[in-house]
Amino acid sequence: MKWHEKMLNIDRRWIYLILGVAVIVPAVVSFHVPVNVTPEVRRVYDFIEDLKPGDIFYVGIDYDPASLAELHPMAYAILDQCFRKDIKPVVATLSQFGAGMAEQVLSEVAAEYGKESGIDYCYLGYKPYPAITIMLMGVDFRVPFPQDYYGTPIDSIPMMRYVHNFDDLKGVISLSAGTSSEFWIIYGYGRYFMPLALGVTGVMAADYYPYLQSGQIFGLISGIKGAAEYEALTEYKGEGLKSIPYQTASHVVILAFIIVSNIGYFASRRSKK
Amino acid sequence: MTTVELLWNGLAAFLTLCIFSFLYKDNPFYKFAEQLVAGVALGYWTMLLYHTTFTDKVLIPIFQQGKLHYILPTIMGIMMWTRFSKKLAYLSRIAIAFYIGVGTGVALPLYMYNYVFRQLQATVVPLQFSWLGLNSLLMVTFVTCTLFYFFFSKEHKGTFGGLSKVGIYTLMAGFGASFGLTVMGRVALLVQRIIFLREYFIALFGS
Repeated sequence: MKWHEKMLNIDRRWIYLILGVAVIVPAVVSFHVPVNVTPEVRRVYDFIEDLKPGDIFYVGIDYDPASLAELHPMAYAILDQCFRKDIKPVVATLSQFGAGMAEQVLSEVAAEYGKESGIDYCYLGYKPYPAITIMLMGVDFRVPFPQDYYGTPIDSIPMMRYVHNFDDLKGVISLSAGTSSEFWIIYGYGRYFMPLALGVTGVMAADYYPYLQSGQIFGLISGIKGAAEYEALTEYKGEGLKSIPYQTASHVVILAFIIVSNIGYFASRRSKK
Repeated sequence: MTTVELLWNGLAAFLTLCIFSFLYKDNPFYKFAEQLVAGVALGYWTMLLYHTTFTDKVLIPIFQQGKLHYILPTIMGIMMWTRFSKKLAYLSRIAIAFYIGVGTGVALPLYMYNYVFRQLQATVVPLQFSWLGLNSLLMVTFVTCTLFYFFFSKEHKGTFGGLSKVGIYTLMAGFGASFGLTVMGRVALLVQRIIFLREYFIALFGS
């Protein structure tokens, strides 16, 4: 086998091993990587920053544990910003495996600020069928969520007494790893014209830039890089910023593999001629 | 970390390593972890649906609050299940037809508005002599060229072929951006597990 053929036929286990080593390096040798904040992330930050104490803001934890790595850091940083500014978040999940995670992140951040459930925030829990749930929230939160996650009737929750539908909210952010972000665009924005921002996984991010450009969403946080940017803005010390050195090391290795395989590809094309 | 947390995190670390072992080759540890996830997920979701849908929308409204009109959608829900009976399967079509009819009626205008009209409106904007204007011009050009590429009733030759080639490069740029973001996303999953394992072992053995 010629050298360029070897470059094109590297055993995948070697790739995994080298990538594994590259990811472990920052765990042993720590280094700093600067994070530049993009305008689409800054717009989300500015929007929440401009809200007044007591304003109601909806945070959708619309992802499951498989996307926790990218979206959980966003949830922590956003809720931290809300509580720091005395903004009252209404939290719900449209992902079937998101209920427990949403409760964990909300109760952890709320405890840091001494916030009380039902007074400073409200956790509605999970409801299936995102499109129907979003449409019904636009009518009245009491229809899809007659009670909150803990079984308290909505009308008995002090914070929700005067919150009926989207008219009573200042905005929505959906942290989503699936189709629920599309449903938020179609029904949340398209039907009720809610100011909407999205936090999405890296895989989904490219698909949502057109909605940013068309003004259907006012901000977009994409993947772990977006989460790190948001943490940099809010000065929240979370997993996003912590991940960046690891990400950088592994991206360098992947780039090296792409370059090696391209050299192999062009060399083998030339030798065939 | 408390002892209980250490035990739970130890289980999570063990399962993480079981899943990673698949990178070498398929093995019983990987199969065990995979089947555990599938089983737990199924059980969790079944109970969650029972408590968040069946209790909320059937049991409480009908039997506790006396809202008898909830019986109608409940019957339609039961009709969906008749697909498992050869004799009664036709009943499921009524419920499915209702569901599709309502769904299409509600969704169609909103899909057209959000996916077609708003996107068209954002693509074709008035020309202006600025960086923003140049951006808009490039966008219109590349969108048009991409549409040329998907026009199959004319051979892609000459000017038409050139324009469709620009369309291919536009698509390639889009796929490249998607690939880059996908790599970032997949690596993030690995990184999060490595950080978790690192913190677990530090808690266990000290730094």
